[in-house]
Amino acid sequence: MRWVRQIGQWFDRRLQLAAPIREAAEHPIPRSTASWWYVFGTAALTVFLLQFVTGILLALTYVPSASESWSSLQALNHDVTLGWFIRAMHGWGSNFMVAIVLIHMVQVFLFGAYKFPRELTWIFGVFLLLLTFGMAFSGQVLRFDQDAYWGLGIGASIASRVPIAGPAIVSLMLGGPIIAGATLSRFFALHVFVIPGMLIGFVCLHVLMVLKLGANEWPMPGRPVKRATYVTEYHELTKNDGVPYTPYAIWKELFFAGFIVLAVAACALYFGPFGPTGRPDPTIIQTVPKPDYFFLWLYALLSLLPPSLETPALIVGPVLMIIGLLLLPFLSGEGEKSWRRRPIAVLTVLLIAITLSTFTHLAGYTPWSPHMNAWSGDPVPERFLHGATALQRQGALVFQAKQCRNCHSLGELGGQRGPALDSVAMRLTQDQLIRQVIQGGGNMPAYGKNLSPAETTALVAFLETLHPAGQAPAREAARDTVLRESGTHR
Amino acid sequence: MSNENMVSRRGLFMKIGIFFDGLVAIALAWPVGRFLLSSVTHSRGKAYVSWVPLGHVSDFPEGETRLATFRNPYVMPTDGKTADTACWVRRIVGEQFQVFAVNCAHLGCPVRWFPQSGLFMCPCHGGAYYRDGSRASGPPERGLFEYPHKIENEWVTIQAGELPTPGLSAALIAGKLPCAG
Repeated sequence: MRWVRQIGQWFDRRLQLAAPIREAAEHPIPRSTASWWYVFGTAALTVFLLQFVTGILLALTYVPSASESWSSLQALNHDVTLGWFIRAMHGWGSNFMVAIVLIHMVQVFLFGAYKFPRELTWIFGVFLLLLTFGMAFSGQVLRFDQDAYWGLGIGASIASRVPIAGPAIVSLMLGGPIIAGATLSRFFALHVFVIPGMLIGFVCLHVLMVLKLGANEWPMPGRPVKRATYVTEYHELTKNDGVPYTPYAIWKELFFAGFIVLAVAACALYFGPFGPTGRPDPTIIQTVPKPDYFFLWLYALLSLLPPSLETPALIVGPVLMIIGLLLLPFLSGEGEKSWRRRPIAVLTVLLIAITLSTFTHLAGYTPWSPHMNAWSGDPVPERFLHGATALQRQGALVFQAKQCRNCHSLGELGGQRGPALDSVAMRLTQDQLIRQVIQGGGNMPAYGKNLSPAETTALVAFLETLHPAGQAPAREAARDTVLRESGTHR
Repeated sequence: MSNENMVSRRGLFMKIGIFFDGLVAIALAWPVGRFLLSSVTHSRGKAYVSWVPLGHVSDFPEGETRLATFRNPYVMPTDGKTADTACWVRRIVGEQFQVFAVNCAHLGCPVRWFPQSGLFMCPCHGGAYYRDGSRASGPPERGLFEYPHKIENEWVTIQAGELPTPGLSAALIAGKLPCAG
């Protein structure tokens, strides 16, 4: 084995890397830092490396051309040996990367690790988060299918709303007047060269600063950060109660990284690759585009915001959020690190987490979207037709044929854009039903021009039967009085 | 050399070198920038917007709205099917037409026409439009985008070539005012 050492020495005389590597590997860290809570950064780096490798493998087959990419993905899925597995690893890897980067960020935030002197580490971390989202979106575009095509259309529509520069941004983003070959090529360049290059650069700086400034010590309540004394205190801590990073902390990171890669592989094996969905053919409009998992919250937000707030929220919101994240270490660069003494920080994280997961959950079943096939596909439940008159049955037909069902459900089937109509007769009187159908309002289109008087009569006759058995339908009190006084009470 | 205010020969050469390299960089930045921004600056004007035939007038029955497709006038060799575009053609009566983009005025998803209820519905966020393209309900702030059109020798022809987006609607006939209903 002596010759191995000799070869090693030959190289190190020229490279001179052994000493700095050993120094970095064995740099002292506070004993409390060798914790299972400090493994997410390495895990994010591991998944990034995994994406790097699987991405290169995919590029061996993938063709970044609007006319060929879809077929090349099909070839990867079906023809190339284990092509489906590499695609699945890359797709699941991206989900994991977004998730781990977010978890890492929350951990750093709650442990106060962004405070002095690690402000710049946090700022580069914010850049890394944005770049990760950039990779996620551009990667979704490279899976050039129907969802990618219309997703780009949504991106262009959002970008076009930027005041003054909007149209120029859209042209720059699409590489031409429409979503086409040039669009895919430039997203390929972004996804494969530009953003990964920036990621590598910022990852190096981020990790370098962790090594130079030392890993954040476990936050203790009542031990606030002070600019004047922190560095001395930290060095005393690592001197008196420090351990070398290797092997005290690294073994946990190695285990967790391996576990994460296994988890990605398990998801890839079990669930398989993502798509591609239909061909990117803009003349096929029978499609319901949906973004990938990590942008679902945005999809939900865009349908729930009032129209007047949409443009400000879309254009100003992200800018404010990014500025807020970048300013955070300057606004609270000192003070308590422990989450036990930072209730607002904890509440902020909880609020954002609950909001995002609620929106994501909502986007899973899109109650705001009409069900395009409900009118022809969902049957009218039998109980609503039992004992119905001919006129009421005719009304049920009108109800289906005029696509009311696309937005209104009966018996929990149908769209959820409008209210369920199972008991609408208890909420609206006959007159109100007629007015609502003909004039619309409250987010419902007016049907006056598309319903004949006979159809309206039949439809309202059917709607009036929609109330639970034994419960009276809504009546207009004044009308009863008038009818009684005029002697025609029925 | 000991005088700090004196400019040394090598120091001067270094400064001239930096200045020279700066000039080279600026000279190269010009073509690089023009190449990068070529899709924005349109050095050849908006030549990609041109008149495209959709079909014979008789292909579109009076009082009905039909889907028509056309090849984008500006095509690159790798565009494949993406250069094909769909639009909704409404023939009101005689030579009175309306041609709508399929893209919802909210965020661009493809709207579908439902002749029975006379509505265009969007599958994404639930925007709805009346048969004349005006906004009926949902998040869109305006009506559907309309392509300028004309009838030439019995052919329905539209002026197309650009993806209609809310901010880019100047190239297209302004949509109907929001909330006609």
